Amino acid sequence: MESMLHITTLHYLILGAALFLLGVIGVLTRRNVVIVLMSIELILNAVNLNLVAFSHYWQGMPARLGGGPLALHGQIFSIFVITDAAAEAAVGLGILIAFFRNKETVNIDEVNLLKW
Amino acid sequence: MLIGGILVITRKNAVHSALALIVALLAQASLYLMLYAPFVAGVQIILYAGGIMVLFLFVIMLVSIERSMKERQFNSQWVVGIIAATALGGLFIAVYAKGRDIFPDGVSTIMEGDNTQKVANLLYGQYMFAFEIASLLLLVAIIGAVVMAKKRI
Repeated sequence: MESMLHITTLHYLILGAALFLLGVIGVLTRRNVVIVLMSIELILNAVNLNLVAFSHYWQGMPARLGGGPLALHGQIFSIFVITDAAAEAAVGLGILIAFFRNKETVNIDEVNLLKW
Repeated sequence: MLIGGILVITRKNAVHSALALIVALLAQASLYLMLYAPFVAGVQIILYAGGIMVLFLFVIMLVSIERSMKERQFNSQWVVGIIAATALGGLFIAVYAKGRDIFPDGVSTIMEGDNTQKVANLLYGQYMFAFEIASLLLLVAIIGAVVMAKKRI
C-alpha cells in the first residue's frame, strides 16, 4: 500500500507529457504571438522536467550501469535547455517588436509575408 | 502546475497568461526540489520566473494589448490543432502504457548535500565544450535581439 503512494519517474513523465500537450495546443490554436511564445516556454519546461526526472532516476541506479550519485547529466542538459530557452525568448521577442513596428498587430494570422 | 499551464493558454489578457506562467514555473521549481536538484530549481526561479518573465512583461507592455483583446482569440485551425494534440496525447499514453515496466519505482534516497558542486564539476569538466558553445549561442542571441529590435540598422 505504501508503494502506491510513492511518486515514481513515470508520474513525472506523465506530468511532463500533459504540460507538453498544453504547450502544443497553445502553439497551434492561439492567435496572440506573445502567448504562442509562452506556450513554447511551457513545452521546453516539460522537456526539462523529463530530463531532471531521468537524472534522478539514474542517480538511483548502480554505478556499473552508469548511474550513481555522480550521474547528473540530465541536470546539466536541463541547464543547457534553459540557456536555449532564454536565447530563444530574447530573439523571438525582438522579432515580435520588429514585426509590431511594421504591422501594428500581434496577431499571428497576419504573419503571412512569406506565404505563397 | 497544470492549472497554471491551462490558464496560460486560455486567458484573454496576455498579462494574465504571463502571471499564470509564473505560477507554473514556480510549481515546477518545487518539483525540481523534490527531485533533489536544488541548483536547477534555483536557476529555474532566477532565470525563468525572474529574467524571462520580466522580458515577456516588457514586451506585453510595448505592444498594445487592448486591441488584441477584442479580437478573436483562437485561430481558424483550432479544430485541427486539437486533433493533432489529441493524437500526440494518444501516442504518449500508448508509449507509457507499454513502457511502464521499464521504469520501476525511481524512489531513491540520495544525499543532496553537494549537488551544486557536482553539477559544477561536470559542467566545467566533461561538458566544457558544450558550455563554451552555449556562451557563444547567448552572444549570438544578444546581437540578434539588438539587431531585430533596432529601428534602423
